[in-house]
Amino acid sequence: MTNQYNDLKNSDVILVMGGNPAENHPVSMKWIMKAKEQRGAKLVVIDPRFTRTAAKADLYVPIRSGTDIVFLGGLIKYIIDNNLYFKDYVLHYTDAPFLVDPNFKLPEDLDGEFSGYDPKKRAYDKSTWKFQLDENGVPKKDMTLKDPNCVFQLLKKHFTRYTIDTVSNVTGAPKDKIEEAFKILASTGKPDRTATVCYAMGWTQHTVGSQIIRTFSIVQLLLGNIGMAGGGVNALRGESNVQGSTDQGLLFHILTGYNPTPVASDVDLKTYIEKYTPKTKEPKSVNWLANRPKYIVSYLKAIYGDKATKENDFCYSYLPKRDDTQNCSWLMLFDQMYQGNIKGFFAWGQNPACSGANSNKVRKALSKLEWLVCVNLWDNETSSFWKGPGMDPKNIKTEVFFLPAASSVEKEGSVTNSGRIAQWRYKAVQPYGKSMPDAEIINELYFRVKKLYEKEKGAFPEPILNLTWEYGEKDKTGKIKHVDTKLIAKEMNGYFTKDVNEHPVDKKSYKKGQQVPTFVFLLDDGSTACGNWVYSGSFTDAGNMMARRGKEDPTGLGLFPNWAWSWPVNRRIVYNRASVDPQGNPWDPSRAVIKWDAVNKKWVGDVPDGPAPPLALEGGKLPFIMKPLGVGAIFGPGLADGPFPTHYEPLECPFQENPLYKKHRINPTTKLFGTEEDLFVFCDTRYPYIASTYRVTEHWQTGLMTRHTDWLLELQPQIFVEIGTELAKEKGIKSGDKVIVSSVRGKLWAIAIVTDRIKPLKVMGMTIHQVGLPWHYGWRWPKDGSGGDSANLLTPTVGDANTLTPETKTFMVDIQKT
Amino acid sequence: MELTRRNFLKISSGALLLSSLGINLEPAKAYAAELRTKGAKETTTVCPYCSVGCSIIVSVKDGKVINTEGDPDSPINEGALCPKGASIYQMANNPYRVTEPLYRAPGATEWKKISWEEALNKIARLVKKTRDKYFITKNEKGQVVNRVDAIAHVGSAALDNEECYILQKLLRSWGLVYIEHQARI
Repeated sequence: MTNQYNDLKNSDVILVMGGNPAENHPVSMKWIMKAKEQRGAKLVVIDPRFTRTAAKADLYVPIRSGTDIVFLGGLIKYIIDNNLYFKDYVLHYTDAPFLVDPNFKLPEDLDGEFSGYDPKKRAYDKSTWKFQLDENGVPKKDMTLKDPNCVFQLLKKHFTRYTIDTVSNVTGAPKDKIEEAFKILASTGKPDRTATVCYAMGWTQHTVGSQIIRTFSIVQLLLGNIGMAGGGVNALRGESNVQGSTDQGLLFHILTGYNPTPVASDVDLKTYIEKYTPKTKEPKSVNWLANRPKYIVSYLKAIYGDKATKENDFCYSYLPKRDDTQNCSWLMLFDQMYQGNIKGFFAWGQNPACSGANSNKVRKALSKLEWLVCVNLWDNETSSFWKGPGMDPKNIKTEVFFLPAASSVEKEGSVTNSGRIAQWRYKAVQPYGKSMPDAEIINELYFRVKKLYEKEKGAFPEPILNLTWEYGEKDKTGKIKHVDTKLIAKEMNGYFTKDVNEHPVDKKSYKKGQQVPTFVFLLDDGSTACGNWVYSGSFTDAGNMMARRGKEDPTGLGLFPNWAWSWPVNRRIVYNRASVDPQGNPWDPSRAVIKWDAVNKKWVGDVPDGPAPPLALEGGKLPFIMKPLGVGAIFGPGLADGPFPTHYEPLECPFQENPLYKKHRINPTTKLFGTEEDLFVFCDTRYPYIASTYRVTEHWQTGLMTRHTDWLLELQPQIFVEIGTELAKEKGIKSGDKVIVSSVRGKLWAIAIVTDRIKPLKVMGMTIHQVGLPWHYGWRWPKDGSGGDSANLLTPTVGDANTLTPETKTFMVDIQKT
Repeated sequence: MELTRRNFLKISSGALLLSSLGINLEPAKAYAAELRTKGAKETTTVCPYCSVGCSIIVSVKDGKVINTEGDPDSPINEGALCPKGASIYQMANNPYRVTEPLYRAPGATEWKKISWEEALNKIARLVKKTRDKYFITKNEKGQVVNRVDAIAHVGSAALDNEECYILQKLLRSWGLVYIEHQARI
């Protein structure tokens, strides 16, 4: 989230699309309803299904799953054609005036692809995706926005054909509803009105997921809604600490704090720094990531301590390196496992046998492992895969361990919510039975593997033997008796590794062992260590900021700066320098996030995005400090599938071709998997209905925590499939009937719920039926199998072109009565 | 008076009226507070389900969680909870949880109990064996990569930040590059 849950109350228009907060983030509705009640805000819900959130909406628009870019692209066209964009914001704070290389070509010119496409590689050569530079190396601009090569004109041209008629024809949404939604959303292109969006996996789980989010980011830049109270782009993340676990780098492509993981060609630290430290020639750009060397060196110092020195490249060689083209993301990981290349596997607090797309492939992949370690509170479909449906335990050679973990009330530590607020939670009771907190299990594994390498040597033992691990008092063998998570939090915050006299930032002196006040104080010479620079400031010499419970609200916006702590540097709304005009006056004084105090020459309000004066004053800086050019990027050459979002059909859809670009039905850069398990169909009469998976309030993810909670299981006891009244009539299905839902990959039974919540849509002259299933169930529990199995048995092995997030929101199925 | 829900509502609505008349309601409030959590130790926690970050008060007596309820002091949830958050009492007191480590030998048809000591030693041994066997020092191009592709990890957004941090630290010290979790899917 760029903003906060509480901040939703400051919005004038709230778009919910690709999410369902009333169902899945119920308490966030408190703030949405406050906006409606106190500000008269409009809630617009766009979803294939009339959801619980839709029930509270001022406007609900049905849509065909997977056509969000068409809808939002139409909105961009509407905003531009009707001159409803926030001109001052667009001119000064975005790249709209920048001139693009004249050799750059749009899908309008090349029938669905941008310039540079290589069909063999299914990838782009991006050499034309760049700006024209002036003699100082800064992009050329046309402040009249009329040059045909400026970003604004290219954007306009790109969405020329996304008319309301076309939007209706492709998405199936009725024209009057489309126009009404556009009108409401576009009404916020003014200084004193803001719109926000709440999205979740309904946007990410598509082959064009990243681009859907980008489309609305472009809308928000055109309307001047980023950085504003009640604005921004807000991902409602799915788990209590999925924000935090991402921040801590538990992904193949990032270390902590979003520092990229090194690849093989990053042969030394100098090469790494050179490659990943962005440069800029724009004098008014802060270009914050120019600080990368401080963050990566301090990370290496945190994990390798005194062993990491300037002379040995701070132990950079200890970090594992992927090959340059080696993608190790989820779908690739299970593909490798399926092919027998992964021998040992940890499933830690996760149940991939139910949560993984195309679960049949995942379950078969597990059977190829030599060993599997599951850490969880409950035995589950992953740990017990060997006795699951269709498995013969006698033939499965996998050695399996189940390690029982303590629950969240049986240990102490922090979790970070979607609004980046890290909150401390306390231990209430001892771990249940002989279960152990995860930190203790990690500590045990650390110690035992290290002991083996000390005793027996083995392959490259240095990273194991030299890892820092000072998290509590040690016993005689050298093992930490009890992990003190506060000591870990302090390492994440960072500390001085030697005395620093006259620190370059404030000329003050700091002693070895002192906590760094914030990441601004980190250095690249080894005199600071910091496990995660974005958490720097969370646990300082002043104490544990994440445990704070102050209720002050100085801005009156509900930002509560003394309640716990948010990264970065306790900033509650990021990009907040875009909430003021170039003189530093809030665009909307009634909702001032920050403002420039000209007398005292400082910002007041939220923690600003850097202390520099407003843009128009001497020394002033541009607002988007994480972008090398300092402005919001409408033109996004960093993406794999194009600098502008473009509609491609889902891998599985009811049509033979893409109605907008004949040459490319699906995203031309999406990876296609090739094993016998990776089947897919389109325009296939055997699988005529579009299906989506989703969640219900009473359950959570694969249902492991909630299926074992009697109160919740009683409320939602088994898998169901929602079917529209019209389709049910056609198929002779009544509510309560047991039906078989099948895709080309798998099938399962479900109880039919016949409902008016899903209506058939008219798409390109065809009647399209959509159905939906929750994915919370699994064969292992309830014990009698009465819950059914995972809806992911149906979903395809395909992912977003940028993130490889699986496309579990759109796939084709059939439904038959049993 | 037995305090049923109905009586409690009477007290509450009466309280609203009486407080506006300036009558001291402290005894009634104190009585209400006595009911479930008298003598219990209170700690706060954050809901383990979705990402809103609702604060919850956990009351403990004799080493057992006896009550959980929304924390009215939190500006994020102001005491409100959804059905899942309101059910964490049953997560804390859950008879279906696994109480000790389990082991399934190759080809076995059932789980067997195993001690922590044995389980952890076996796992450490397997990590070392697999790592040593499949460790890649240099790739085909001769670049130093110091990694192991044969061990993978998924999870976990269910862990605390501090746990996630030491987990990624440990996995990378072993040389793993197949590290993924819930955020991807």
